[in-house]
This record gives sequence, structure tokens and C-alpha cells, in this order.
Amino acid sequence: MKIVIVGCGRVGASLAEVYDTAGHEVIVVDSVTSAFDRLPSTFGGSAIRGDGTDEDVLRRAGADGADVFLALTEGDNRNVMAAQLANEALGAGRVIAKINDPVRATAYAELGIATLCRTGLMMDAVAEYLGLPKTDLPGMLAPTGHHPGGHHDDAGLRTTPLPLPNSLGGAAVASSASPASPSSVSSAVPASQPTATQEV
Amino acid sequence: MFVLVVGGGKVGYYLAKELIESGHEVALMEKDRSRARQIAEEIGSIVIAHDGCEGKYLAQAGSNRADVVAAVTGDDEDNLVICQMAKHHFDVPRTIARVNNPKNEALFRHLGVDELISPTRMILGSIEQDIPVHELLHLAALGEGELELIEAHLQSGSPAIGRAPKDLSIPDGCSLFAVIRDGVATPLRPDTVMLEGDKVIAIGKQECQDLLHEQLIGEPEEAHAG
Repeated sequence: MKIVIVGCGRVGASLAEVYDTAGHEVIVVDSVTSAFDRLPSTFGGSAIRGDGTDEDVLRRAGADGADVFLALTEGDNRNVMAAQLANEALGAGRVIAKINDPVRATAYAELGIATLCRTGLMMDAVAEYLGLPKTDLPGMLAPTGHHPGGHHDDAGLRTTPLPLPNSLGGAAVASSASPASPSSVSSAVPASQPTATQEV
Repeated sequence: MFVLVVGGGKVGYYLAKELIESGHEVALMEKDRSRARQIAEEIGSIVIAHDGCEGKYLAQAGSNRADVVAAVTGDDEDNLVICQMAKHHFDVPRTIARVNNPKNEALFRHLGVDELISPTRMILGSIEQDIPVHELLHLAALGEGELELIEAHLQSGSPAIGRAPKDLSIPDGCSLFAVIRDGVATPLRPDTVMLEGDKVIAIGKQECQDLLHEQLIGEPEEAHAG
């Protein structure tokens, strides 16, 4: 499976390691290069520095058509936006966003993304250990609905952005992990992959 | 009207102030406490010093009875979430988002945000009007952003030169309605022959733009100009 993980924190890096070891194609995206230090030196997937809420960055990272897309940054909203991009624009299969605010976690499950709420999970874990009643807060929620969409659901999402002047529109944001990262971290963009500016 | 403004930066501050002066009921959410206090000292106790992205505080701010929610923080992802929560969770009839990255506009619209304001695109549009471009120029968004008013400057290489609208394949849902030649605007009729230097004004759905570009500008051969 192709698995994209946005946010290389403890959870993101650990999942990346597990899936990589299991033989999956793993792509990790984080806006801070030093986050990739959490990956083991044996990591064989791709580590891409860039903003995981930027569609261009995700495409260049090869996130198109991912089987699994996990948005695990520290920002609830960044996770929401990355997950919705994956769902709507990148054709990802299964998408999970970490949303620690229980209200948002429930709301977005209703809007079509699986959500993971640390608040609920931890409170329930504590309650279970202490033998106290569990909360009714969400933990891991499967999507229960789909976003009702905007004015033109039928047309689907325009994935080609409106034209911008070339000097401004095509700026590359993704860059490879620094050489200081684990040696096996591969470069940001596979050499064979055309960049967006080569479309002409 | 009750307007909930989220984000107490310059935009949110002046927006709240203007709305109050026009007699509207306003609540302003700003998560930075000292900034919130500063605004409250100037415009009164309508300021809620909490994160407007957090469901609990959106509820406290009365978003379920807001007529309009305007998300004007500096972060696109926050503005998206505020509008989605307002729309889908609190049934707010009208949501407005500030969009900094113009490339996010399509996603925001697709996900149901009612109105988008992109300062970046506005400034770009303004700059584009002064420089020769081989692109369609976006003059304005109409309706609720579904339709765009577009200008195409016919330069050498345009397949439309020497032809009339009836000879072109104009996409459905799109209409060429005027031509500006030597500073004079005239209606563009099906048999009006277009000349080099003409500015053709069209109105159409966003989806039409690729085809319109092909018909009026030509293939995007200049994409490496920058």
C-alpha cells in the first residue's frame, strides 16, 4: 500500500517505521526537517519537507492516489485541511485526521473523514484503568457522512488551479530532507516525476 | 444582523468596528488574550478571548444564531474549519472566509464555504491589469463565486483572430458578450470578427476556463515566461 503520513511527530514517525518495515511504500511529510530525526536510520521511505496543507507539496511528494493518508500534525485544523485535500483532490483511499477537539472530531466524522481524538482516547484509557465510567467523547471515529459540498458538487473539485502569473504560480515549496537526516531518507521528488512547471 | 467575526487581526478589528458603526450586532473572537483585551478596550465588550476554531467556544459565542460568520484569521486552514463548523455544525446561513493562498479557493468552495475573499488574488488581478499577460484575466466573481467575469486580450497567436464567435466552440454555460477595441466597448455578436488587440469580455463558469483559454488565448506556450 502507498501510505502518506503528514506530521512526523512521535506517532507519525512510529507509524512510518512500522509500515515501512512491513514493506509498504511510506511517504512522510513535515514542515520541519529536524522532525525526520525521529525516523530510524533504516527507514526506506520518502521524507519530504513541506506544508502538508499545500496541494502542490502533497502532489510533488507523490501523495496522489495514496491508499492511506494520515494527518497527524499538532494542528487540528491543518489535519482537517490536509485530510480534506487528500479526500477531495488527491483521490486518497482511507483518510484519517487527528483532531483533538472532541466537537470538531465528531463534526468532521459526519463530514466524511475518519477522525482520531486523543482527548477522548486518553480520558477513556484513564477511566478504564481506574475502573471509572467512560466518557461519551469520541476516540477513533469512522466517517458517517459526506460533506454536502458547495455549489457545484457534480463538477467535482477543480484540481487545476485558476491561472496565476507564472512568476508566482509555479513556485516549488517541497524540498528534500536535509542530508543530515537518516541516510536512507530518500529525496523529495523521484527523479522521474515531472514537476508541475513542465506541463507545457 | 448578528455577525460573528473570527480573528482579531487588522482585518477582523476594522471589520468589527465598521459593522458596529452600521448598527449590527457583532461578536469578535480572538484567541490571543492580550490582543483581545486591547480590542475590547477600544470597541467594547464584544470580544471573546477564545479560539474560534474550538467547537465549545464557537457555541459559547452564539454561532448557532449568527446570520453571518466571517473567518478572517491569517491562516487558511483555520478559516476553512471555522466556516465548515459554522455551516455544518451550527447551521449558519452565510459563511465568508479570507483565503490567503489563491490555490485554496477551489477546495474551500467545493467544501461549501459560501464566499471567499482572497486579498492575494485581488492584488494579483490589479497587477495583471497593467502588464501584458497571456492568460485570461479575472475581473470579478459573480453570484456566489460560481461565475467569473473574464477578459481575454487577443494577441498574435490567438486562434480567435479573424474569426467570429459563431466559428469558435464556446463552452456551454459561457457567454462572450462584449469586445473592447480602441477603448470602445461594443456588444460581441455571433458574427463579429475579432481582431488582434481586441479585449473580449466573457462571463462563465469556472469549469469553462480551460476551453475558453484554448479558444481565445491559444495553447499555453508562454508558461515559462517567469
